[in-house]
Amino acid sequence: MTVGIVTYGAYIPRYRIKVSEIARVWNADAEGIAGGLRVQEKSVPDLDEDTATIAVEAARNAIQRGEIDPSRIGAIYTGSESHPYAVKPTGTIVADAIGAAPNLTVADFEFACKAGTAGIQTCMGMVESDMIDLGLAIGADVAQGAPGDALEYTAAAGGAAYVIGDSEDSLVAEIEDTLSFTTDTPDFWRREGMPYPEHGGRFTGDPAYFKHILSAARGLMEKLDTTPTDYDYAVFHQPNGKFPRRVAATLGFAADQIEPGLVVTTLGNTYSASCLIGLAATLDIAAAGDRIFVTSFGSGAGSDAFSLTVTDRLDEIRNGAPSVSDLLAEKRYVDYATYAKHKGKIRL
Amino acid sequence: MLYGDCMGVPRFWRHISSRYNLIGTRCATCGEYYFPPRTMCPKCRRDGVIEDHRFSGHGEVITYTIIHAAAEGFDRETPYPLAIIQLDEGPRMTGQVVCDPDKIAIGMRVKPIFRRLGEDGAAGIIYYGTKFMPM
Ligand SMILES: [Zn+2]
Repeated sequence: MTVGIVTYGAYIPRYRIKVSEIARVWNADAEGIAGGLRVQEKSVPDLDEDTATIAVEAARNAIQRGEIDPSRIGAIYTGSESHPYAVKPTGTIVADAIGAAPNLTVADFEFACKAGTAGIQTCMGMVESDMIDLGLAIGADVAQGAPGDALEYTAAAGGAAYVIGDSEDSLVAEIEDTLSFTTDTPDFWRREGMPYPEHGGRFTGDPAYFKHILSAARGLMEKLDTTPTDYDYAVFHQPNGKFPRRVAATLGFAADQIEPGLVVTTLGNTYSASCLIGLAATLDIAAAGDRIFVTSFGSGAGSDAFSLTVTDRLDEIRNGAPSVSDLLAEKRYVDYATYAKHKGKIRL
Repeated sequence: MLYGDCMGVPRFWRHISSRYNLIGTRCATCGEYYFPPRTMCPKCRRDGVIEDHRFSGHGEVITYTIIHAAAEGFDRETPYPLAIIQLDEGPRMTGQVVCDPDKIAIGMRVKPIFRRLGEDGAAGIIYYGTKFMPM
């Protein structure tokens, strides 16, 4: 039996702010920052959007695309670091809003930016062991960065949802295997009750992002006896435009292999949704037989690597929901004052 | 019905399915649709057979008003359009249309979106449900 993706959906709020507009407010070097981060603009949630509403819209897009009966979903795992409640699972809201409740299990996951891929792994195990028929894994965030902090230039909002099943359903992509690498690394954190996360500055690069992605990615390719040339596309966690390019090059992937999934330039860092939206953008254009390599990263820290092969079913359902490029194209720019209001940054 | 008297946890909870998914009812005898849901068909009375119906949420703006001074929890969003929407199946409902106040128009086609409707302050419950946006 093969496990894999039955259908997928993404959601991106309509508003955007340019990195240069944020730099202008803080009197910073706009071109230098945008060029250094390789991010031009980022998504901003509407006033009435949060992780739950974004997760619901992404899940509804997935269900619509695959035309699946939501009552078949036996588990929902929603990964985020911006769940709207400290106590009350986002997944309960999703389950009701997509018509999957009440006969299913639900839990919210937290692992910085890789909680969504952890959800996919959990669903894979439950499907393979026949505990559930279909599982729904979601990565969604309305990422927070303190005003004036480096994170503010990239912290964005978005979500992606993946329905995991086995080969008795028509899979759009088979997941051949997954492998993780996890250590106790304090590169980024947020204590209970604090509005914005803290980060270890330069500590976030080599010992965190690069070490974990490289270890998980190399480990999986070694296990499967594959090399970067065996893959048509690769997707890595995208906190900015610089890191995924560098990690891809270090592993031996070419620029054109990561290009379709490199959404960070016009989207920003959507945290738990980051590499899942990148994967969705890649599925939007992939052909039957294409192989896709995916590695997430979550601070704290860990990485989950996946090896996928696209099936001919993808062509049948691809156009059933908005593509990532459709979602990115539907945008309205806001200035910093409107942005601050949207993010609730003005605390009175 | 969606925005006026909706607050209060037990009352909100009882209406979650209609708020989230526009679940109403339909009379199988005469074919009439009801939203909010009715448990008895006023036309057919005892002959009515009521069943659940999930509305598509697609519809048309019948009339609207622009809200400038809103209740607590909505004040950050003002000004915003509040409209009476005629659902394609027939029933009319009140709903917020997420668009610029100067873009809304009578006859505009709308589709449903899932949004926050409000909250009971910073420590209270968050109310989610259906709003509309131009198609
Ligand atoms: Zn009747």
